Amino acid sequence: MASEAVLRQRRRQRLGRGAMYGLLGLVVAAMVFFADWEQIRKSFFNVEIIKDMFPEVVTVGARNTIIYTALAFALGIVWALGLALMKLSSVAPYRWFATAYIELFRGLPALITIILVGFGLPLAFGWSIPGGTLGKGAIGLGIVAAAYMAETIRAGIQAVPRGQMEAARSLGMSSGTAMTYIMLPQAFRIIIPPLTNELVLLIKDTSLLFVLGSTPQSKELTKFARDVMAAKVNATPLTVVAVMYLLITLPLTYLVRKLERKAEAEKR
Amino acid sequence: MNAPPIEIRDLHKYFGELEVLRGISTTIQQGEVVCLLGPSGSGKSTLLRCVNRLEEATAGSILIEGEDITDEDADVDGLRTRIGMVFQQFNLFPHLTVLRNLRIAQRKVLGRPTDEATRIAEEMLERVGLSDKIDEHPSRLSGGQQQRVAIARALCMNPDMMLFDEPTSALDPELIGEVLDVMRELAEAGMTMLVVTHEMGFALQVADRVIFMDEGVIVEEGPPNEVLRNPAHDRTKRFLRAIEVE
Repeated sequence: MASEAVLRQRRRQRLGRGAMYGLLGLVVAAMVFFADWEQIRKSFFNVEIIKDMFPEVVTVGARNTIIYTALAFALGIVWALGLALMKLSSVAPYRWFATAYIELFRGLPALITIILVGFGLPLAFGWSIPGGTLGKGAIGLGIVAAAYMAETIRAGIQAVPRGQMEAARSLGMSSGTAMTYIMLPQAFRIIIPPLTNELVLLIKDTSLLFVLGSTPQSKELTKFARDVMAAKVNATPLTVVAVMYLLITLPLTYLVRKLERKAEAEKR
Repeated sequence: MNAPPIEIRDLHKYFGELEVLRGISTTIQQGEVVCLLGPSGSGKSTLLRCVNRLEEATAGSILIEGEDITDEDADVDGLRTRIGMVFQQFNLFPHLTVLRNLRIAQRKVLGRPTDEATRIAEEMLERVGLSDKIDEHPSRLSGGQQQRVAIARALCMNPDMMLFDEPTSALDPELIGEVLDVMRELAEAGMTMLVVTHEMGFALQVADRVIFMDEGVIVEEGPPNEVLRNPAHDRTKRFLRAIEVE
């Protein structure tokens, strides 16, 4: 009796799976028959436009995206380390400041911060950050990235066992020496995967820098694509820069997975 | 006249409302080996951690070779270089090799040049019998070996005294002996030692004096033969009976 019930259940499961494959087949068939492939090819895969975009999409667009990211990340991580140490400080006002900063800039859209840096400061003080889009963009993004990375770094430092600090201090190290040589090296090992994730987010956020305006030489990938789209009245540039973004971000996400797996293996 | 290595005067320590040390006074003489015994929660580890100020005393004072380490203006880092500390959990630096574990505080605290620090590290490692592990990372060592490296790391600073906080409590039984052997040799070499331990054999054979603590006070102290074989107080008797049953 029981085995019959099991058989019936199995058959029902097999039928259910068959139905799902059938539905999928229908949808794919419908797409193949009804989609306007010619239109898709012309709009998204126009070979002439693709050819036209090279080499500038790499030498200007991708190059600038990478430069903005690198500079913002460098500024962000230094500032984040400062914030993380403030957040762990025994001096209460430092902790308050770090907490307020982190909550503020994580709570605001990055675009608001970028507009604030790019246009708010000049309007308010008649003074603007030097370095054009690069200077304003890197600082704007760095301010936001620091807020996220500070929390990551703080968590990393706190993940190092307490006994490490005690051992270092009992050998006569000052708290700064112990932090530099004992705590931070271990903390950074723990947080390399999440920090690489922050880097990937930052790469994508450089697309927000279009609001700052740009010269032909300072366009990053998204702005570059939009300008070509407008000029050619065609969506192909989107496909091209999507591939460019993936070429940059996919190796990084792959690296994160590898690092995480390595960290897992070391724990055992 | 040389001040004694450790002089504890009427030490009190609160954790919030809880008074874990209730007026401890004792003096550890040069070259003396003192074992701190007592049930868990008796305050013995807290007392030890107050000596190098990993815990802040609430009241009272601790003089290290005559200098008050509990003083607000005390050079705590400087005093700590004279006090070696060995932890229950070893606390080796996992990101550094054995050699670098032994060298880093010599380099960054004492300012010794690398070759001198290396030479001293090699010497201390030989003393604990682990010369062949110099390039290993701590995670590759057994618990007993890690603890011996931790002792060597403390010795590299040429401390005048050593504190041991339950150094064998985290070890598998078959690894305890090798650590106690190193500690015994250290005692024989004349090191001043304050040891929190449950190893009664070690206390009997090696200690010059044992201090029995309970509920934050010293219940009794004296030569190990007297306190452990013929305790004067009921609380000591009960404690000794309990651990014998174990």
